[in-house]
Amino acid sequence: MEGYAALYIFMLAAFTGYEVISRVPVILHTPLMSGSNFVHGVVLVGAMVVLGHADPEDPVQLVIGFIAVFLGAANAAGGYVVTERMLAMFKGGNKKEGGA
Amino acid sequence: MANWFIQASYFIVAVVFILGLKAMSSPVTARKGIVWAGYAMVAATVVTFFTPDLHNVGLMVLAIVSGGAVAWWSGKTVKMTDMPQMVAIYNGMGGGAAAAIAALEFARGEITDPVVATLAVLGALIGSVAFSGSCIAYAKLQGIMKNAFRLPNQNLVNIGLAVLTAVLGLAIIVSDTPSSTLIVLFFVLALALGAILTSPIGGADMPVVISLLNAFTGLAVGFEGYVLGNPALIVAGIVVGASGTLLTQLMAKAMNRPITNVIFTPISGAAAGGEGEVIEGTMKEFSALDAASVMRYASKVAIVPGYGMAVAGAQHKVWEMAQLLEEGGVEVVFAIHPVAGRMPGHMNVLLAEAGVPYDKIFDLEEINADFPQIDVALVIGANDVVNPVARTDKTSPIYGMPILNVDMAQNVIVVKRGKGAGYSGIENALFYKDNCRMLYGSAQEAIAQVITHVKALES
Repeated sequence: MEGYAALYIFMLAAFTGYEVISRVPVILHTPLMSGSNFVHGVVLVGAMVVLGHADPEDPVQLVIGFIAVFLGAANAAGGYVVTERMLAMFKGGNKKEGGA
Repeated sequence: MANWFIQASYFIVAVVFILGLKAMSSPVTARKGIVWAGYAMVAATVVTFFTPDLHNVGLMVLAIVSGGAVAWWSGKTVKMTDMPQMVAIYNGMGGGAAAAIAALEFARGEITDPVVATLAVLGALIGSVAFSGSCIAYAKLQGIMKNAFRLPNQNLVNIGLAVLTAVLGLAIIVSDTPSSTLIVLFFVLALALGAILTSPIGGADMPVVISLLNAFTGLAVGFEGYVLGNPALIVAGIVVGASGTLLTQLMAKAMNRPITNVIFTPISGAAAGGEGEVIEGTMKEFSALDAASVMRYASKVAIVPGYGMAVAGAQHKVWEMAQLLEEGGVEVVFAIHPVAGRMPGHMNVLLAEAGVPYDKIFDLEEINADFPQIDVALVIGANDVVNPVARTDKTSPIYGMPILNVDMAQNVIVVKRGKGAGYSGIENALFYKDNCRMLYGSAQEAIAQVITHVKALES
């Protein structure tokens, strides 16, 4: 990837991350942390790509790749379940937004 | 499948992740947000199988199924009170995955460009620290690791280790074909650094640390995304890195502990207490019957729940008691400190689980001015967050932390297991105040007894 283009992506993504959660009520801090934990579970995709390109004859590469995919999948699956369970409690009932 | 289709899918996935996070920052849309993000994750995973020249697909499926299943099962079965350590461990796994990606790229000898190498090394370092640090955080919150572990000259050791790791990282970057010994040594040191940075940190500071490590993992994923030329990883990783940093700041602010203090001068029981203000007075015991009658004939009761209540699983009993009091015409509210529980908002989740409606739950800012008008403040399993020492004693490690001013209520009842100090090991001046009474016992049993007595008063 073009170096400078990547630098711009980094910068814009950082601002986006900052803006997206800047007005979050305190009651959602934990679920949101858990939710963002799930989002970086996309590392699974990267892990799949490296394992897919690892040398099938080299056990060291295969083991590292397996670990990467295993951990990435656990991050994504666990992050989803835990976040979903927390947020499931916010359905229905009262509509109070809760001050920050 | 054509490469453009994969790239377009990743683009959409990145957009949905951002929209999902945005939705998760409002209670009304939060549930939708995580479901959207979930679909995006599944889509990203499926599309990746169509990457050209993909080998080892069988092994890959095995890793996804086993890793996913273990995490899915543990996430489904974990108790709500144990959520923070689960978030910590899943986060650590993400960091570990990012580090492993870098390790594999180095092992393949694919990294030649110095910029790519730099970001790979940075991602590996941050990811490794997040991995081992999260494991320690998990062990502490789970109670596997009881004591804060502090080396002599801890800060010096930290800095020395960090410098050494950085030097090795630099050696990897400048070398065209770094030796495997060098790479292994680098990862060992990076993992040790994460463990050693986290182990002296006391339990009270853990939420901030978990949040910080979450931001770290985000950054590591973003950097490895650059190494792999995958914009979805870059965007998702950096967005999480930035939002995680903001969240960490919000938490640190709620505790009035700058992040640098959390890492370099951890609160520890030994250093606390002793010197500083002498606490006067005695602890006065109260029976469940006394507590029941005081609350039954009050006009306004504020319940201040802490982690102790959650551990005892008493939130359902507490809500039952609150409803009983309300039937008798008592106004009952819940007052929540920003860091009650183990993370900001954790207590709200636990109360929501018990069925307490949001409009009865008040934040520190909303309720603190009202305490003088409250007849009874019932503190259940909370300690440091109601310790008036934070307002008065400059030598106290928690000095300056915003607290719930329960000591200003007409009466204070503290439900507590025993006479020990709080989680951070600091003596609580509240317990010795004239208007404070101690109701000893586990939260579950104590509240059950109070309920019995309140019912008896009705008939």
